[in-house]
Order: sequence, then C-alpha cells, then structure tokens
Amino acid sequence: MSSAAFEVRPYPEMWAELDMDVGRFDKARQMLGEVYRKMFLSQKNRPANMAYFDNMVAEIFGGRIKEMLAVKKKGKPVVGTFCVYIPEEIVVAAGGVCVGLCGGSQGSVPDAEKVLPRNICPMVKSAYGFKAGRICPYFQSVDFVYGETTCDAKKKTWELLDRLVPTYVMEIPQMKKKRDRTLWLEEVQEFKAKVEEVCKTTISSEDLAGAIRVINDKRRALQRLTRLRAASPAPISGKDALLIEQIAFYDEPVRFAEKVNTLCDELEQRVAAGIGATPADAPRVMVSGTPMALPNWKVHNLVESARAVVVNEESCIGTRYFKDLIAEDKKTMDDQLAVLTDRYMQIDCSCFTPNDERIDQILKEYRESKAQGILHYSLQFCHTYNIEEIKVREACEKEGIPYLSIESDYSPEDVGQLQTRIEAFLEQIRG
Amino acid sequence: MFVGIDLGSRTIKVAALENGRLVDRQLSESGFDPHDQALKMIGRYTPARVVATGYGRHLALKHFADEVITEIKAHALGARFHFPECTTVVDIGGQDSKAISLGANGSVINFQMNDKCAAGTGKFLEIMAASLGFRLDEFGPAALQSEHEVAINSMCTVFAESEVISLKNHGAPPQDIARGVHLSVVNRIVAMLSRVGYGEAIVFSGGVARNPCIVGMLRERLDNVRVDSPPAPDIVGALGAALHAAR
Repeated sequence: MSSAAFEVRPYPEMWAELDMDVGRFDKARQMLGEVYRKMFLSQKNRPANMAYFDNMVAEIFGGRIKEMLAVKKKGKPVVGTFCVYIPEEIVVAAGGVCVGLCGGSQGSVPDAEKVLPRNICPMVKSAYGFKAGRICPYFQSVDFVYGETTCDAKKKTWELLDRLVPTYVMEIPQMKKKRDRTLWLEEVQEFKAKVEEVCKTTISSEDLAGAIRVINDKRRALQRLTRLRAASPAPISGKDALLIEQIAFYDEPVRFAEKVNTLCDELEQRVAAGIGATPADAPRVMVSGTPMALPNWKVHNLVESARAVVVNEESCIGTRYFKDLIAEDKKTMDDQLAVLTDRYMQIDCSCFTPNDERIDQILKEYRESKAQGILHYSLQFCHTYNIEEIKVREACEKEGIPYLSIESDYSPEDVGQLQTRIEAFLEQIRG
Repeated sequence: MFVGIDLGSRTIKVAALENGRLVDRQLSESGFDPHDQALKMIGRYTPARVVATGYGRHLALKHFADEVITEIKAHALGARFHFPECTTVVDIGGQDSKAISLGANGSVINFQMNDKCAAGTGKFLEIMAASLGFRLDEFGPAALQSEHEVAINSMCTVFAESEVISLKNHGAPPQDIARGVHLSVVNRIVAMLSRVGYGEAIVFSGGVARNPCIVGMLRERLDNVRVDSPPAPDIVGALGAALHAAR
C-alpha cells in the first residue's frame, strides 16, 4: 500500500447504527490515519508482510467491526475486556469474540474527566471516555464488558461504566497462595457460566479443547515473532512488532496466527540474509512496564526516531500476554479448567505481592532479546508498576544493565522531555 | 575553533574553544525566534565544527549544527573540564533540573530529571521571587538574611505561589518565606541526588548555581561532600558541546 493512499476507512452508516457520535469520530479516524502514515508507513525496510497489519489498521473501525457484528447476529457472545486475565479461550469456545477495548488515546480523556477524578490512570480515563463519548465502535458492539480487579482505579470505574454498558467483574487474586488459586478457579467457572448464559448454549469440553488450541496457536505465533527479533540486525522494527501485539487483541485469532506466521517466514529469510529494519549498530532497547494500548506508540516512536530499535515488550500488550500456554492434553471440562486456571495464575502482573517472578522474567527476556538496555515505562498513577519499578531498577543496577525509567501519560506535552531522557539513555548505551 | 551551543528553554549559551582553551562565551535570552538568535550568536565565528545541545538542538541540527548531544552528556563533559575529579553533576536550569552520576572516566552512569513540572527549577524560584516582590538576583541574598524559614509544603509551582501569598498575608516576614522557598528547592535537589547516587565531589551548574543561598544550603545538607561551581555556571552545557565538537 502506498503511503499516500493509506487511510483508516470510514463506515458512517454502520457507526450511526451503532449509536456513535459520527461527526466527532470521523475526525478521530482521519487523525489516526495521519499518525499511522507518519509513524509507520514512513519507515524504511519494512517487511512486505506488514501489508496485512496495515490493512487491519485501515479496517480497524470498519471491516473488523462488521465481522464481529456478524458473529453477534448468530447469537454468539462479543465480550469486551481490558486485561490479559480474562480467559478468552472460554469466549472462543462459545463461538464468540473476545476483544480488547479502546483505551489508549488522549482524545477521550476529557469525556472521562467530566465524571472521573483527573489524577487517575490515563488508560482507565481513556477507556471510560470512549464509552461515555460514544467514540469506540468496539465498545458500541459488545454484549458486555468483563472487567477485573487488577487496580483500584479500574475496579471502582467499572461500577460507573456499568451504567453505560453491562460490566461484569472478575476478582483477580493479589497473592499466589493455594486459596488464591481456588478463588481464581471459581471466578473462571463463573465466567464460563456467564458466557453460556449470554449465548444460551453449553460449552462442551471439545469446544474448549478447540479454543485452547486456537489461542495457544496465536500465542505461539507471537512467541515466534519475539524470538526472531533477537537477531541482529532486528528484522522488524519495534513499532511494527508492538502494532502486531496490539492487533492481537482485536483480530480474529485463527487468521491472525496464520498472518503472523507468514510474516515470521519472511523474517526468517531476512535474518538469514542479514536484512534488518534498522542498521546493525542501532542500540537495542527492551521496553518493560505498563501496557501500551493502541494507538499509544509514543515511547517506541521516540526510541526509534533516535535511531535505536525496540526488541522486546515485557508488558501485558507484549510477552505477558503470550509467554505461557495451556496444556492441550486434558479431556474433561474439570481438568481443562484446572490447567487453564494454572496458566492464568502464572501471569506476573504487578498487582500481585510479592511478584519477584516478574523481575526474573525481565532479566530472562533481556538476555533472550539480546537487548543492550531496559527502558521501564509506567503510566502516571499506576501505583503498582511505579513502585515495582524500584525493584526493576535495583535488579538492573546489580546486573550492570543500562536502565531508564519514565513515567508518562497519553498527552503529547512531555515529548520534549522524554526525548531528552531517551536520547541520553541511548548515548549511555552507545558509550 | 570548535563551538558548542546550548539552546535552552530560557536562554541560549555559546562556548568557543581553541586549542583546548575556552576563548569566548555568550549568553542571551532565547526570545521569540531562538533559531535567528542562535545564528546571530555563532555568526561571529568560523568554527571547524558546531555541536548543539538543549531543547532546541534538533532545530539547530536541521539548520546549522554538525551534530547534537543531549544536555546530560554536555553537562557531564563540561563539568569534568572544570573539575576533572567530580563524581556528580547537578544542573538547575530554567525548565529542567537534573542530577547526573559519572563513572571514573567521566561517562554518564545514571541520571535523574525533574517531572514535567517546574518544581525545583529556576522557573520556580523566579515565580516565587516575583510573588514576594524580589528581583531574582536579590532573592538568594534576601533568604540568607533569615534564620528561621517558614516551611513551604507545596511542590507545585502554582500551589506554592498560593501558599506564599497566604503566608505573606498572615504576616510572615518575606525573608523567612524566601528561605523556606529556597529550602524546598534544596530538598528537591537532595532527593534527586539520593536517587541517582552521588560521590564526594559535586559540580553545581546552571543559572541557579549563582544563587548563594541554594549553594550554601546544599553544602550544609551534604556532609563530607564538596560542592563546586564553575565561574560561569550557565555555560557548562555549551562548553560540553564544544568539547564534544573538538573530539
């Protein structure tokens, strides 16, 4: 696709049917297209198979919504989520769609600030604002939202969001003791019951076995992509890889896995031929911390505009989403739900205490991705990540890993300051 | 000749080196057109290389500079030029404050910068001085006249200004409030230094290093640590850029 021809395609009739604020949303659509052209399509040496993902962005507010609505029309559930704890295998087993909702843009924050306090997490504000302002077609298409209790801002906002869209909440344990696993298993069972209630069917163990394979395949494809980024020069930019990790939350999983694998085939050839997205001497940076929801490309764009390359995201939109798989050999529903629960209990979110396995995981990913420094990113007011950052910093100091921590939100006002910090960090790596 | 230019948020600084010696320096307001101002300032030289740093560095690179380095690296280089043994640099400029920890060879090991607000920067002192009716150059000496500071609790410039106004209206002597304002800045610098880790020899650069009260309080707070300031503390970043140009 030529850069000049790219646009995020408009579907005003469908948006009107979804009761959206069409005039306002159309402006947001045009802005997204413009930003995407500037940040993504201007990159040099992109893999040819990024074309599919470019098109997923072009159809983000149209084609993909149509597919979801078709599923819904058949009586299957469309569930919106904000967290990697929501077991999407269960939704897929019911023939439904599990979709990550909008929450990565400054544009919807003023809508939220009419109601919510200003000094809370920008992701929570942005998400609430997207629904309140009727400017997210995903929000407008879901049967219900499944929230969770990973942080205080989220769990209290769900109570208010429920007034605008049915919102159910899973209680995420905060420790990893035996009783916490019991609690989580019960939550998983209740989630399944809720999904079955909405689609008026019973999920069989065959259905669930199939869904576990589908989502495992998606996670395996993303693992493969991550491994390929360890090559030097990196065969794909961090921006493109982050984009794929973001699209993982709204694309159809079988097709998505296939397309990621096709891209990986190309990347393997590039690695063999020594072709990189950036020069071989570009500093390699690993990003760790809070998730970057689409279209939050701020940090990656700053790093890569300074001629470095991001080679890994240790984050929920990143490796935390796909590093663990579910055993596929279980035959009964009870056994399947047990291994599913075990898989989700391995997630090393900062909402847990203690959470030292995350520090080990960061160091492991640092080594595996052959990064030369770690950039910790925390959204403002994300207390758990912000405080856990201290342990990450200590671990990096102990290991002699160049390290930079930044705290930011979705607004562009601190770009100048962040640019200085990031460039100084890269000067440190370059030596 | 090698020239370094520091396009800061408030002022533009230039340093010119010849045979490893600082032969000229300039400082002027950034004004409405910093690019034009910068061109005027370097127009008087015919340098072999120009290196830019500061907020406007990328603009300079586009138009006239040969290379850019960050303020962090520039201050590290500039501080070492004056004090080859220094372990840490504190720079407090108009919009930024930073603490930089240096390795044995002078390379940057670690750094901290203020958040995206004016607390603990020159701007903060400027606004507080104005609300107490002092000129900026009188502010430090006025604070030195006080022996009992009035505590300023707010870190935010906007809230601190309200706090200062309310203290004034409660009859607190302006010198005591001034001392409190200075102390709040010093506390902020010390916290930043603690996070970055500091050694035994600190170089204090940036325009705020000309404030005798801040320097004095910093020396008091940091036991067994040398705190030195070069004769022209504003120019350290530009000097660092010039040193990089000469490499």
